[in-house]
Amino acid sequence: MNKPLVGLVVGGIVGAFDGLSALVSAPEVAPQIMGIIIGSTFKGVIVGLIAGFFARKVNSLPLGIAVGLAAGLLFAYLIAMQPDPATGKHYYWEIMLPGSLAGAIVGYATQKFGRRPGDARA
Amino acid sequence: MNTPSDRALDRLRDVAQWPDLSGTRYELVGEVARGGMGVVYRARDRELERDVALKVIGAFAADEDTVARLRREARILARLEHPGIVPVHDVGVLPDGRVYYAMKLVSGKRLDELLAEGLPLRERLRLLLRVCEPVAFAHAHGVIHRDLKPENVMVGPFGEVLVMDWGVAKHVGEARGPLAASASAGAAPHATAHGTIVGTPAYMAPEQARGEVERVDARSDVYALGAILYFMLTGRAPGRGAASPDATTRTWAASRHAPAAAGIVAPRELDPDLPRPLEAICLEALALEPERRYPGAAELAADVSRFLEGERVLAFPESLLGRARRFASRHRTLLLVLLAYVVMRVVLLLVARV
Repeated sequence: MNKPLVGLVVGGIVGAFDGLSALVSAPEVAPQIMGIIIGSTFKGVIVGLIAGFFARKVNSLPLGIAVGLAAGLLFAYLIAMQPDPATGKHYYWEIMLPGSLAGAIVGYATQKFGRRPGDARA
Repeated sequence: MNTPSDRALDRLRDVAQWPDLSGTRYELVGEVARGGMGVVYRARDRELERDVALKVIGAFAADEDTVARLRREARILARLEHPGIVPVHDVGVLPDGRVYYAMKLVSGKRLDELLAEGLPLRERLRLLLRVCEPVAFAHAHGVIHRDLKPENVMVGPFGEVLVMDWGVAKHVGEARGPLAASASAGAAPHATAHGTIVGTPAYMAPEQARGEVERVDARSDVYALGAILYFMLTGRAPGRGAASPDATTRTWAASRHAPAAAGIVAPRELDPDLPRPLEAICLEALALEPERRYPGAAELAADVSRFLEGERVLAFPESLLGRARRFASRHRTLLLVLLAYVVMRVVLLLVARV
């Protein structure tokens, strides 16, 4: 499996779990949970692809984690900018903190796993 | 104590034994090393303008067997083209009738000298892997070294590792022959009912020490590699330091299954800080029965690599807790990030409830 694909898969899974975990930290969002999970999965996939392509070029665990974290933070910020349609409230901390850490996990996975172009096949 | 006149006499004797290189393309520079079969000289190749090593049969040891062994050693080396095996350039006969072969002049340190400088464990293990490479290559070509020991490994200034002294090497299936003739490193030959003992006692596999020539195969080299690993881990050769192959045979014959009972002190008894999987690798390579050892140098190297990579080592049955601990130490960063994620979720939950 190449690194962008690893990023895509891990990003999707981590993103879905990240969205689902909103039920724990903010139970009041339960009615919108399907939309949150879909949005978070999509965000995870994009972050995973970015981290995966970065890992293809750069072989560095700290940098990979940093890129994943930054991408996660950026996309989480874009989502957090949209206010809750019902209350008009912004959930910056609730979205950006988990989003960035989920990005860091994806950054780690893309550095540790997956094949770079030119790597010998087993 | 040698008097000056004794030393002068020794010097004269050495010079008298220097080979006559007239009529060859080589010019003698000096002596490099002295072994059981011959002497290695540093010589200048006038044609190619480079220094080479010349292995020449000793002046008083030029019997038919020794000549045949030297020629076979040269042929084996010539056949084994590998960066970890010294390449042979030329074979010939000197005007005084002595056979010689020219090979690459290796500079650097012997493995035992290098280890005495106190290398970190991981570096020592990487060196072992580099030793295993040419040995595995030789095994793949049906050649067994039979005299592997730290003194026969050279480490070059750029970290290149060369396995030396293939004088007692043999092709698999070659039960007897001129190669199986004498022990090295000053140990006298000890003939047995089964065959001829070759090798260095402290690094010799039990079957080799017993002279069971037909049982000597790649696993005998694995034993020697295990002994080198033991030396790397503990700073001493395994066994009770038997003075002769016969003594070694008696020691091993006393107990055929437990290395400790046979006189091999478990490495962790000498250094309790050594990792258990590494000790298990070492003891598996040093198993008394060849069937219980790694089948070849490549398999031993693979297990050492697994240890270096933090993966599960085949020689060491691991408990569930041990696996979890290894996983945790291998993926410490991931666990920290996951922990941070969980802590952050808990904090957000607590904040939401306040």
